[in-house]
Amino acid sequence: MLSKRIIACLDVRDGSVVKGVNFEGLQNAGDPATLAQRYNREGIDEVVILDVTATIEKRKALAETIQAVAREIFLPLCVGGGIRGEEHAEAAIEAGADKVGINTAALAQPELITSLAARYGSQAVIVAIDAKREADRFKIYVRSGQQGTDRDAVEWAREAADRGAGEILLTSIDRDGTKQGFDCELTAAVSSAVPIPVIASGGAGTFSHFVDVFTEGQADAALAASIFHYAEHAVEDLKEHLHAHGIPVRLHSASQESEGRRQKAE
Amino acid sequence: MIALIDYGAGNLASVRKALAHLGATVTTPDAPADLASAGGIIVPGVGNFGVTAALGPDWQTAIRSHIDLQRPLLGICVGMQWLFDESEEAPGHPGLELLAGTCRLLAEENSADGRTGPTRLKVPHVGWNSLHLTKPSWLLDGVAEGDQVYFTHSFAAPVTADCVGATQYGIVFAAAVERGHVGGVQFHPEKSSDVGLRILNNFLRRVS
Repeated sequence: MLSKRIIACLDVRDGSVVKGVNFEGLQNAGDPATLAQRYNREGIDEVVILDVTATIEKRKALAETIQAVAREIFLPLCVGGGIRGEEHAEAAIEAGADKVGINTAALAQPELITSLAARYGSQAVIVAIDAKREADRFKIYVRSGQQGTDRDAVEWAREAADRGAGEILLTSIDRDGTKQGFDCELTAAVSSAVPIPVIASGGAGTFSHFVDVFTEGQADAALAASIFHYAEHAVEDLKEHLHAHGIPVRLHSASQESEGRRQKAE
Repeated sequence: MIALIDYGAGNLASVRKALAHLGATVTTPDAPADLASAGGIIVPGVGNFGVTAALGPDWQTAIRSHIDLQRPLLGICVGMQWLFDESEEAPGHPGLELLAGTCRLLAEENSADGRTGPTRLKVPHVGWNSLHLTKPSWLLDGVAEGDQVYFTHSFAAPVTADCVGATQYGIVFAAAVERGHVGGVQFHPEKSSDVGLRILNNFLRRVS
């Protein structure tokens, strides 16, 4: 059975991991490669490097950070933030990214989705959507959540999938950094509307929030940052919790376990 | 020495990085003749089956000679599908026809029951799924029943006598195949953490 994926996000600025609340008040949380290595040991399924200030400062994602992380882990690696065109995507992929996340640029020039999918395959193209509740709909924000648009998140997700996106990374601006739980209504609305996987993001505070987003929210994957950053073994404990609640996850490899037992016995 | 064939089927950096991590010497052959000096060949592949058309008659002849010499070959993702007769993804583009069967879209079987909502299966099949070991295998040596590996694909090969590991996503398909020294994996071992590295290492051990 296909597992629900647990994805760790490394919000990176100037080569260090930071995590903000509602995209503001950034604090330093460590070295990206060291964190990625720890997550790999703990059984994370995928890693996203998000250059959080790239869009604002018009900088492309830091190739050095990507290389340092890609050297340490043999897991799917996605890079987002500041990818404005094909040349930025190419730089990220050459540095070691398997997938690129495009947000503001995809909305401004949707044909970028199609051209990247043609060049690297749909599996390499993730369209990131930052959405905020307004009245009874979910409105899209761009430029790291700072600028509103008149676009609807569900409708845009459908268009992005039609244009060749391989996955949707859906962030609730209302919940991001609040630890109040994922926006399951938003996630379910998008996930049921598109034929491609949806990664839910924004608001993870407890393990039960993940259970909610995988059931009620119909998410295919869930992304979080600080819940993993500050607690050792959080990934393993989260997966045990999900497993106990009937959610299919990738637990520690059976072969690794038997190897561990063998090493202990020796 | 491992020859990693670059025929324009996506990014080879992660495969190269994983092989280097395991201590292998990897080259990218410029021409089919370069394969004569290769201990093992890897045919990678991400994306569309049609891209394999770049592996024309000269490449196919060189690859067949390599196989006839009992030298190991590993196909990854589309590179594994290419070992079969053909794929629905690119009608009219035959594969190497080493293994019998046609690769088919996962969606057809999946959509047949008309499931919607939370139980509906999405295509592509993206993420970690488990391996069911169907017979003894050098490629999957040390891999345990139920170990999970990372997939990203829409088309899949049928379960035949060559299948050594099967995976279920709606239908049951061949996740790993083996015939003699030729192996193939539908998943991405270079992205499958320790289990994937073990599988790549099994291939490298077969080469040396």
